[in-house]
Amino acid sequence: MKENLRQCFDFISSLKLTIFLLAASLVLVFAGTIAQVHLGVDEVQKQYFQSMWVWCPVGSQGLRIPIYPGGHLLGAILLVNLVSAHLRRFRWTWRKLGIHFIHAGLVIMLAGGLFTDLFSVESYTRLGPGEAKNYSEDSRKTELAVIDESNKDYDQVTAIPDAILRKGGTIEHASLPFRIVVGHFYDNSQVTMMDQPGAGQPAATQGIGAQVSVSPLPVAASQESDNVVSAVIEIVPQPQPGEATAMPLGSWLVSEALGAPQQFAYGGRTWRLELRPRRYYTPYTLTLQKFTHQRYAGTDIAKNYASLVTLIDPSRSENRDVLIYMNHPLRYRGETFYQSGFDKNDTATILQSVHNPTFLAPYVACAIVGAGLLLQFALQYGGFSRRHKSAPASC
Amino acid sequence: MLKRHLFWIGILIGLAWLASNTRLPKSAPGDFDIATFGKTPVLADGRLKPLDTVARTSLVIIHGKQTLRLDNGETIEPMRWLTDAMFKSPVADSYRVFVINNPDVLGVFGWPQAQRKYYSFAELSPFLQKIDEQGQKAEAVESSQRSHFQTAIINLRNALILYQGLKNSVAPEEADHFANEIAAYLNQLPAGVAATRAREKGQPYDKEKFDTMGQWVNRYQTLSDSATLLAVPPAAGSPNQQEWLSVGASLLQAISSGRANPVVKAYALIGDAYRGRDVSLFNQEAQDLSQWMQLREPRASGNAAFESAFNQLAPFYQAMGLYVLAFLLVAAFWLSGNRSLNRAAFYLLLLALAVHTFGLGARMYLQGRPPVTNLYSSAIFIGWGTVIIGLVLERIYRDGMGSACASLIGFITLVIAQHLAESGDTMEMLQAVLDTNIWLATHVVCITIGYSAMFLAGMLAIFYVVRGVFTRTMDREAGQSLARMTYGVICFATLFSFVGTVLGGIWADQSWGRFWGWDPKENGALLIVLWCALILHARWGGYIRQRGLMVMALFGNVITSFSWFGVNMLGIGLHSYGFMEKAFPWLVGFIASQVALMAIAAVPLRRWRSFQPA
Repeated sequence: MKENLRQCFDFISSLKLTIFLLAASLVLVFAGTIAQVHLGVDEVQKQYFQSMWVWCPVGSQGLRIPIYPGGHLLGAILLVNLVSAHLRRFRWTWRKLGIHFIHAGLVIMLAGGLFTDLFSVESYTRLGPGEAKNYSEDSRKTELAVIDESNKDYDQVTAIPDAILRKGGTIEHASLPFRIVVGHFYDNSQVTMMDQPGAGQPAATQGIGAQVSVSPLPVAASQESDNVVSAVIEIVPQPQPGEATAMPLGSWLVSEALGAPQQFAYGGRTWRLELRPRRYYTPYTLTLQKFTHQRYAGTDIAKNYASLVTLIDPSRSENRDVLIYMNHPLRYRGETFYQSGFDKNDTATILQSVHNPTFLAPYVACAIVGAGLLLQFALQYGGFSRRHKSAPASC
Repeated sequence: MLKRHLFWIGILIGLAWLASNTRLPKSAPGDFDIATFGKTPVLADGRLKPLDTVARTSLVIIHGKQTLRLDNGETIEPMRWLTDAMFKSPVADSYRVFVINNPDVLGVFGWPQAQRKYYSFAELSPFLQKIDEQGQKAEAVESSQRSHFQTAIINLRNALILYQGLKNSVAPEEADHFANEIAAYLNQLPAGVAATRAREKGQPYDKEKFDTMGQWVNRYQTLSDSATLLAVPPAAGSPNQQEWLSVGASLLQAISSGRANPVVKAYALIGDAYRGRDVSLFNQEAQDLSQWMQLREPRASGNAAFESAFNQLAPFYQAMGLYVLAFLLVAAFWLSGNRSLNRAAFYLLLLALAVHTFGLGARMYLQGRPPVTNLYSSAIFIGWGTVIIGLVLERIYRDGMGSACASLIGFITLVIAQHLAESGDTMEMLQAVLDTNIWLATHVVCITIGYSAMFLAGMLAIFYVVRGVFTRTMDREAGQSLARMTYGVICFATLFSFVGTVLGGIWADQSWGRFWGWDPKENGALLIVLWCALILHARWGGYIRQRGLMVMALFGNVITSFSWFGVNMLGIGLHSYGFMEKAFPWLVGFIASQVALMAIAAVPLRRWRSFQPA
């Protein structure tokens, strides 16, 4: 048993495994780069690099088989290999110190990369001139917001993530006096007015859904998220005691294609339904003062994009103007807001924000690897020049 | 006797090459002083540059090369062509400048496939509308999805737009006496303005004067809209020095000032003199314009004169010649064993490096940027980096290997750069994301030095395989020294590629809040780092020896060329520069050649002609 464990440790700490893993990573990175031509960078990240396996669909039944280890699996094994190899071979000598530093830095870099993949969140904030927002929006995930408008001072929002809608079935929540039954969920869809050619059956019985039809579309895998998520839901009152089920109020179509939220009344209160990009609320507000898009004189080549925003954070008594422009993002409370795009004839700005709790890891790693490289270089050069002096090369 | 002098003969040939190609821009006495006129600064594509550069880059875009040979065999310099286009358009319209390689484009005009590939504006002018329509259709297609025809028709359309813009930049193309025309325009201004004001206020006005004024405004608005060049510097003391104006816009400004800008007048007189074949007036006015610019825009005008000299000196072309010569000398050294030939090659390489460095430095000075800002400058820099590392190797080993690799890669990268320059101005303005000198100077430079070292290691491996398999000249010692060089260069490449990649990550984190985004260019850099790590670990573990190292260094060429060029052909991501249709077959060919060499290297050692027991 002990012998087996030892063999196992020898294997996972072996140089052979390192070489195999490096080669396997090389193939993965290459394949992932080429695959971006068709899949786009986001989808490739998900399928190739932020996964345990790269899957290949077989047939049309949705069956798929793992064909290659994914980035997370390779990264994790590489991490184990690196750590165990150093446990096994670590010796405190000056000559090896640089090498140890380099590899310790790499361990931090790999671990940091893994953590970033797992815990970082990317979202967008789109601001028109003068517009203020205390939330950012996800570019890929959506949510169904059910909003109780009855209170004058505030809206009570119950947001249901698309992951739950996609599962279907009945949704209940303490803040909702009714149930929501998901009839259909579409990851990408086309909504057609009933009077247009190609329209099918009305999508729903209530709201705008009675005047449009909805049909599924294949999921687009481009860099821009141009999928239109839609769902058909039923609002069903909680059954009275003694009743098995209650009569539904009707069905509604909720979709990103719809411009405005829909309203219905229930239990003496007005409710609003809206399928919208998933929101991440922040304890502070950003207000766009001005967006500028500079071009080089006499050309359309962009010279700079800049957004002047006001940051207001009552809890930290912050109220100041910030200029966000190329290569100069705003970092605030763990978020990084950078200038990502613009809209509406150069008046609206699109800021991308990244929440990355491990953003320091690469910096620490770089410092350690840098120190290791310097040390190794200095020692090597020292050794080389000593050897050179004792036995001059014949040239 | 001859042997002793070979060193000096080699050096002298190199110097003679340099001297024969070094000419400062100067026109022959008694002829139009086009050279002085070519130094005039203008603002084009967002950059201040001399007319000379405009002429060269425009001719390259339109014609595919920098010189124009007429049907009668006469060669026309770029600046002469531009002057004709600006001032004598009927003559310029008859030059066969527009290159059409695609037979389908000829089909659009109802022309059969022809022997020639150059066509004049006059020949194409009946089809302008057709070209425009087809071009617009093609532009609706994403650039990576376009067919050969679509790309060709877009190129032709762009060339025609550029040419018509040049013709209408400093004077309307059909104006015969532009100076007189401007005088007439200024003359009618007071009355015209008065009539317009009166009409605006609803008072009685002189309709004829009002209409005339309207025609003038239309004429100069059209001129302003079609101009590709902004030739008129901002008014003295203007807060924004970047606000150069076109001649048309400047003439419209005269409505409020009542005066024409002296630059506008100077261009008008120069044009009239050129049309009227008045050499002395042309030269006088060109001289005056130059002096006026020096007074008002000393920096722009100094830079323009320097850039025009830089264009004429063509340091990269000179360096190419020297690299070829150095390589020939090394080859002669290997064949003859005469060490003075190798010494001559070494010093010629130093000379080439000096010329190359001058070119690189001149570009940095003119752009105010670190050396690498686009694909063109990366080619220039890779060659430069390789030559330096190669010279260091040569200094240590003195067997001609360092010099041979340095001269070959120096030459090849400059040839690649010359082809990349066909897309136009190589000092184009940078997209907003790249507008940061710190990261360009650190990340981009490190990555590019990494490329240099990888290509050098690959070239050493090529020599190892070719010399080892096909000649008897390599003994154990020579093999070992080549392997040592290759290993050292790979270590160097690892260091720079790794540091460069990490710096790129830090740039990304600083700018976009993420260290790594799996962008194709990032992945390309990572591939090099992974491959270097693989080579080093395989060697440390004893899994590869001399030959294995060489085979892996050859594959390093494949990975580096993919990272440098291949990812740009994918047409996606933040770093891509658009699809480079022409380069693709070359890249595939290069990769195939490297794989073939790897296969050759895998031939059992007993089949090699070298390393055999005597």
